[in-house]
Amino acid sequence: MSEPRIVAFLCHWCSYTGADLAGTARIKYSPNVRIIRVMCSGRIEPQFLLKALREGADGVLVCGCHPGDCHYHEGNYKCLRRFLMLRQMLGQYGIEEGRLRLEWVSASEGDRFAKLADEFTEQIRALGPLGGRAAFVEGTQQGGTSWAS
Amino acid sequence: MTKPSGHRIGVYVCHCGVNISSVVDVTEVAAQAAKEGDVVLAKDYKFMCSAPGQDLIRADIAEHKLDRVVVAACSPRMHDDTFRGACAKAGLNPYFSHMVNIREQDSWVTKDKALATQKAVALVRAAVRRVRRHEPLYSKEVDVQPGVLVIGGGIAGIQAALTIADGGQHVWLVEKEPTIGGHMARFDKTFPTLDCSACILTPKMNAVGSHPNITLLTSSEVKDVSGYVGNFRAVIETRARYVDHDVCNGCGLCMEKCPKKVPSEFDEGLIPRKAIYVPFPQAVPNKPVIDRDACIYFQNGKCKACEKICGPQAIRWDDQPKTTEIQVGSVVVATGFEMYRGPALAELGYGKYPEVYHALEFERLNNASGPTEGKIAMRDGRTPQSVAIVHCVGSRDKKYKPYCSRVCCMYSLKFAHLIQEKTGAEVWEFYIDVRSPGKAYEEFYDRIREEGAHLIRGKVGQVTDQALTDDERGKLIVVAEDTLAQQRLRVPVDMVILSPGLASAPKSLAVAQLLKCSTDKDGFLIEKHPKLAPIETATDGVFLAGCCQGPKDIPDTVAQAQGAASLALQFVGKGKVLIEGRTAWADDQLCSGCRICNSLCPYGAITFDEAKKISVVNEVLCKGCGTCAAACPSGAAQARHFKDDQIFTEIEGVLAP
Repeated sequence: MSEPRIVAFLCHWCSYTGADLAGTARIKYSPNVRIIRVMCSGRIEPQFLLKALREGADGVLVCGCHPGDCHYHEGNYKCLRRFLMLRQMLGQYGIEEGRLRLEWVSASEGDRFAKLADEFTEQIRALGPLGGRAAFVEGTQQGGTSWAS
Repeated sequence: MTKPSGHRIGVYVCHCGVNISSVVDVTEVAAQAAKEGDVVLAKDYKFMCSAPGQDLIRADIAEHKLDRVVVAACSPRMHDDTFRGACAKAGLNPYFSHMVNIREQDSWVTKDKALATQKAVALVRAAVRRVRRHEPLYSKEVDVQPGVLVIGGGIAGIQAALTIADGGQHVWLVEKEPTIGGHMARFDKTFPTLDCSACILTPKMNAVGSHPNITLLTSSEVKDVSGYVGNFRAVIETRARYVDHDVCNGCGLCMEKCPKKVPSEFDEGLIPRKAIYVPFPQAVPNKPVIDRDACIYFQNGKCKACEKICGPQAIRWDDQPKTTEIQVGSVVVATGFEMYRGPALAELGYGKYPEVYHALEFERLNNASGPTEGKIAMRDGRTPQSVAIVHCVGSRDKKYKPYCSRVCCMYSLKFAHLIQEKTGAEVWEFYIDVRSPGKAYEEFYDRIREEGAHLIRGKVGQVTDQALTDDERGKLIVVAEDTLAQQRLRVPVDMVILSPGLASAPKSLAVAQLLKCSTDKDGFLIEKHPKLAPIETATDGVFLAGCCQGPKDIPDTVAQAQGAASLALQFVGKGKVLIEGRTAWADDQLCSGCRICNSLCPYGAITFDEAKKISVVNEVLCKGCGTCAAACPSGAAQARHFKDDQIFTEIEGVLAP
């Protein structure tokens, strides 16, 4: 594998709309980021992130509405709590905290989403490949060696 | 390649003209999709959303017995409903379709064509795997409450309220100030026609005040909004007025007798008002309120001059804030704007030199019912011989407000006309660009030039009283660069008017949060679509009117208000609304009755069935956020259309090698 693989979970109302805006404004960003839409960041359960890492993602990005702006009142706060818990847990498995990132992206922040996608891709590139399923099966993986193509 | 499950899936890859096909190799995407299990056919087509494109899907469903449809095209935010509709017309459950976003989130954001194609292939693969897991969902019809809540009583709210009320629906119009009228009530003339603002506004204000279908709540704010689409419950708090408006006859004697003066907000503090006051003579309702912070009685327990003179005994010292709870089917947000009052003003001497005025101060100064009864005069009473008007103060400036407010050039040109007409003074306008896009606006600009105002293209760097020559002594000197003549200018004038742009109102933000509408980086409410749904919001049944959505002039505001009113009328008038089938449900076989979901639900849609000891979802209240599903430890709570297995297969799909 030659490139970092990243899954991004975006809430429909703010972040997915913001990502659409990046497109409408023709702002280019890293194609490594593959977006999965959910209605609310509050729907994103820790298993989604684990599943993505197991299936070969090297990093997972989670985006929701800014605090106070959640279309469903406070789903983003629930997302934050679950996210912090999971990140701590993954750290105990030896998976770097930097592989998971939670950011608030509003519907008007197309440029911010594009920047974030690029930034996170570089962040994951620097961490090296995770090695997918192996990280969980073997339990010893500390990130891969290199992005050799 | 995954194991076939017996489904018959059709995949359609849209060119979107060349929007997608110029970057993504659409035939390759279709070819790769065809290799996935259960894919019966995979086609690419110029415009999937066109009638022939939709017909293609319908014909294929009939001919090839497709039971699932994947459309790789633009954002599902744009056309999910279109393709669901196409499926429904062919007899397929609409939720058996799925859209893949290869335009906004692929072809438009990816430079490298090979990588863009690779990304599209992965996203389509994920959709194919996901769509197999889709279940039939059914929309529900619920009743819509009659009545509309209009928030904000400026010209936008007034027009929206009148249109809705004339259309036969009841309107609750909520205004935070003691009177309706908003900014427009403070203007003397309106550009470009120079119509008298009060003459065209006050009849509408009076119509609101007396309309049988309008309940006007002034000195009031919306404190809470709950409920669901078509069934909003709003809590409105009316501040204590200390005057019983049912008893008061509006004679105004109390205001004459009141000994306490404070600066009038309506008149920009240029003249005082009393502690018991109506903001301006044509106010609606035209009955006074007591400003508790200013009133002598509330400060030291003495005075009561107003009570002594009041014939009908309308003063109520023990008045309390009142809460009104209403049920409405729809909401129009018309919370308006605030003029910019930030640091860019002080940079040009505002607050330091008394003869530097904010545009709104000048509006009052020029107003026939203002502090000088319309006489344009300096603070010492003299008529100015020369006036400088500075455009774009804090506007089109990355340090402050980066956007153009659309009205400032025109109101500044209006000032030039009025000053020349009333005083004969020499007028200098300093602009970055003159923007006059509107009916008869460019002609108005031409007229002002012909009238002799000096129009200088150049940003003002400084306003100072430091004279360098005798001509400048006792004057304010405007230092600017004339970028057309390429020379520095020092223009000595008697009066400087700063023309700032329109900023979002802080109250808009609070209202937006109550209604779950988004705001943009400048604090304006975001419409559902900038081109094709400029009045609707992401919250069904909530519509926007006027400057809360972005700076605009009076004609555009009125047009949008009428648009919002007609949408609100349409929404409420139908009496029914379809609620998407995309809600949560709890599997009674799996639910352990732990109740974790009960308190997480933001809509109180999940209750505990004491008899069965399980949690039950009320699907009318549920809005489908799915936080219950994310929290359920036994997998009983599921978010329809975003179920665990659907998301899991999507994850597998985007990452499959």
